[in-house]
Amino acid sequence: MSAGWDGALDWLRTSPLFLVTLTVVVYALGCRLRDRSGGHPLAQPVLVGVVVVGAVVVALDVDVAAYVDATQVVSFFLGPATVALAVPLHRQWHRLRAVVVPLLVAVLVGAVVSVTSASLVARALGADELLQRTLAPKATTAPVAIALSETLGGIAPLSAALAIVAGTLGAVAGPHLMTWLRLRDPRVRGVALGSVSHGIGTARLLHDSEVEGAFCGLAMGLTALATSLVLPVLAALLF
Amino acid sequence: MSRGPAAVVTGLAWLLVCQLVGTALVAALDAPVPGPVVGMVLLLVVLRVRRPRDDHPVLTTSTGLLAHLQLLFVPAGVGILAYVGTVRADVLPLGAGLVVSWGAGLAAVGWTMQALVRRRATGRGAAR
Repeated sequence: MSAGWDGALDWLRTSPLFLVTLTVVVYALGCRLRDRSGGHPLAQPVLVGVVVVGAVVVALDVDVAAYVDATQVVSFFLGPATVALAVPLHRQWHRLRAVVVPLLVAVLVGAVVSVTSASLVARALGADELLQRTLAPKATTAPVAIALSETLGGIAPLSAALAIVAGTLGAVAGPHLMTWLRLRDPRVRGVALGSVSHGIGTARLLHDSEVEGAFCGLAMGLTALATSLVLPVLAALLF
Repeated sequence: MSRGPAAVVTGLAWLLVCQLVGTALVAALDAPVPGPVVGMVLLLVVLRVRRPRDDHPVLTTSTGLLAHLQLLFVPAGVGILAYVGTVRADVLPLGAGLVVSWGAGLAAVGWTMQALVRRRATGRGAAR
């Protein structure tokens, strides 16, 4: 009897079927929670998903690497979904043309501020140089954060994790902070959040407004490019 | 345009081909951007040139996929658990650095763009 139970637990711990089902079901419950709570900031499906699935993973003693591996079928669609961000951009094209120069300048300023402030604040609080280099690319989307961290000599997988935290912070707190900062133009709001919270911020804004979501996705791509360009120069000055 | 299940497959094929070409371009040029982002630019060019109708499969499939973009980040988010142990001693500098820098970046981008957009708007108004 107990051997059977252990066998079942072992199966659950590595089964893509169970782990993908868990992820999708918890996410779906997160969506219902968001809608029922009238879009409460903390009821973002990505946050509910990470916290609840994370708790189950810890409770069942699932190996985190095995979970990530088993759910690759879900993560795989991040690629096509990124390509799909062209569609809201296409629909908002008439709004984009008028603001191209302000957008490009703002994204470049953002890349410099993000990298510099992350390194300096971490240094002031006692982080060593390795951790400062690891934190520097956190405003870019996770695959870019990994690549940039590698060239900088940081801990690449930790950089990806920090980027995901920055994204989730944006999904939860971004819209409120932007309203508090008196940012009202939906194009400005999209670009601002996309520059610091990449795809996860975009996922949130797309649910709120297509204009904000479209500009957020664009800013995510441009921030990846801008950060790649300014990082070598900033690294020479900072480290 | 065809509707139903075939439309989803057609739409997905469009997205995957753009991602594949984008990834190949990035690899060939050794460019510092992710392949899917280049794929996004490629699809945007195609959409601007061909201007498909609103019910074209690539438009309907993309809208459906983007409606659940948050789901796709859950596995990576749970993956953070693997690093909780390694950063325990440095939670304060990393956490505070991340949050402060995130807010500073958001304000810098938002205020810069807002100021430039307003200046252009008033400049144009004065010219008229």
